[in-house]
Amino acid sequence: MSAEREIAVDYLARVEGEGAMYLRLKDDEVLDLQFKIFEPPRFFEAFLRGRRFQEAPDITARICGICPVAYQTSACNAMEHAADVILPAELLDLRRILYCGEWIESHGLHVYFLHAPDFLGYESGIAMAGDHPDRVKAGLRLKKLGNHIMTVLGGREIHPINVKVGGFYRTPATEELQALVPELEWALQAAIDTASWVAGFPFPEFERDYEYVAVRHPDRYGVEDGRIISNRGIDIAPEQWREVFEESHVAWSNALHAHVKERGSYHVGPMARYSLNFEQLTPLAQKAALDSGLGPTCSNPFRSIVVRAVEIVFAIEEILSIIDRYRRPAAPAVPVVADGRIGHGVSEAPRGILYHRYEIDDAGLISDAQIVPPTSQNQLSIEDDLRHFVPPHAHLEDKDLQWQLEQAIRNYDPCISCATHFLDLTVERET
Amino acid sequence: MSKPKLAVWKFASCDGCQLSLLDCEDELLDIVGAIDIAYFPEATRAELPGPYDVSLVEGSVTTPHDAARIQEIRKLSGTLITIGACATAGGIQALRNWADVDDFLSIVYAHPEYLDTLETSTPIADHVPVDFELRGCPISKVQLIEVISAFVQKRKPNVPGHSVCVECKLRGTSCVMVASAIPCLGPVTQAGCGAICPAFDRGCYGCFGPAESPNVIALGDWWKSLGIEDDDLVRALRTFNSYAPEFKEASATYER
Repeated sequence: MSAEREIAVDYLARVEGEGAMYLRLKDDEVLDLQFKIFEPPRFFEAFLRGRRFQEAPDITARICGICPVAYQTSACNAMEHAADVILPAELLDLRRILYCGEWIESHGLHVYFLHAPDFLGYESGIAMAGDHPDRVKAGLRLKKLGNHIMTVLGGREIHPINVKVGGFYRTPATEELQALVPELEWALQAAIDTASWVAGFPFPEFERDYEYVAVRHPDRYGVEDGRIISNRGIDIAPEQWREVFEESHVAWSNALHAHVKERGSYHVGPMARYSLNFEQLTPLAQKAALDSGLGPTCSNPFRSIVVRAVEIVFAIEEILSIIDRYRRPAAPAVPVVADGRIGHGVSEAPRGILYHRYEIDDAGLISDAQIVPPTSQNQLSIEDDLRHFVPPHAHLEDKDLQWQLEQAIRNYDPCISCATHFLDLTVERET
Repeated sequence: MSKPKLAVWKFASCDGCQLSLLDCEDELLDIVGAIDIAYFPEATRAELPGPYDVSLVEGSVTTPHDAARIQEIRKLSGTLITIGACATAGGIQALRNWADVDDFLSIVYAHPEYLDTLETSTPIADHVPVDFELRGCPISKVQLIEVISAFVQKRKPNVPGHSVCVECKLRGTSCVMVASAIPCLGPVTQAGCGAICPAFDRGCYGCFGPAESPNVIALGDWWKSLGIEDDDLVRALRTFNSYAPEFKEASATYER
């Protein structure tokens, strides 16, 4: 029997934003596969033109309610690099705490509410709470801590108001950070427990040979700034982004696809960071990873949930060590003049590298902006995963195949709101 | 008695306002105890068919498809509440309303012909009757819980229309404009955020939109006395609530 069938998911759940997937297959052969982003375009790169360079952090934060700090940080990095300004170490430390807070919140949301329900067969984290109340409550408490850290450093958790080109408007007093320590100490053990819990989930046998691309910092696990490296020889400064990567526009997606020139798809996010920078993780994070059965690299995207849990451990340990050495900086910010310059900034959003590039005119106004979010970089990789995943699983009934494909997409914690400029899932089988 | 059914809908937006519901970590399990989350794709695969007792709508209308979809959502909804600056004022993406959308398309996309978009980004109330508008970029969690509670208890939400200045006085923040000559939109901006910006030594940037009966021009005169030029006043009024009538009209007066 040779049957052609079609699976369509018109609105993918438990992802941030509006996306869809369409699959047409005959037996185990994929005839057509599209990962669509139908989130309406909002034209940030266009209306940034004519705005003051100092406005970029607050404006670009609005691209994403889940990872605003990533947008604010990449924008600040771009302006500061344009002006050849390097922030004092204490201000960079505060930026790193704020960013780690966003990782805890975003990873906590994804691990407990968007991804774990797939492995345990629940429609949602809320439905999961009925059978696993203590787990869900621990997840909520971790997520709340991430939000609280962002509120202390940034004024509020969504679209923080305290990030400024050159630093902050106001820095926290030592006591304000010290007050976070008891909850961080609880969270450290809770995150280690989370890693060992998710490590026991049933993972499909599925390995891929990705080109991993992540930010690398000489001294610490790449988060808020660094060079861009890959496991296939890329090692560039942010200003060389356009020499190595390019974006293209396909008919079925309102998000641009990014790829490595003359090579193709690549993979950004927790698995890339982990596999490239494992030795820079904090000691308890490395131990949690090894105790969870991960090696120094990971190539099964379904195990990304374990890597996210490990990165929560890392983020907490890192914040604790920064608080330990924190002294309130003399000034909350340093002056930055970026008039007449071009600036490039990268940072590691929870779901991967976020690149910003700005041209600034002599009056200090942005004349050109380019923003490449992580999900548009992962789009090709997501489609490749689905193409590889379908043939060995084509025997599954449509509803089971559909759920597993949705899960394969959620492995990336895709943020479609960001990428538009993504998920409905359709599977079609031909007869 | 069965629990009321809640639906959460998304239009052009950053997802931050609907995330605010999941950010109610202390209240979330109680909320789902009092209401049925019948449609909320960011949080669950499960979908219950309409009609819905209450719909929360995030985002602005920017595509022909969405202009038609909001009509269907209105028909399916008992009470329709818009959440956030995109849904109540068109959002940051309403900056296209002063530009040629074809130019915008060609700046961002290699193949503008692949996209189907409207000339404008407009609030939900421009398309259908709205029962309550919750302001903010992003909304306040406290106000969101108040609005959902008021709906469950069948009473009017207690969401004040006064300005951010009142919140500064309540938290004991001295006026950044008087004391430090920092330009601030607080006097014309609706309260709700808790006056965070002045507490962090910066001026309010208007993310909750215009307060009741704001005197924007009088504030503009004050900004000018601090050395702010007209084009920066236009930029200040044209951010996340640029298409709210009071900010829209005032910004036009400063445009050359």
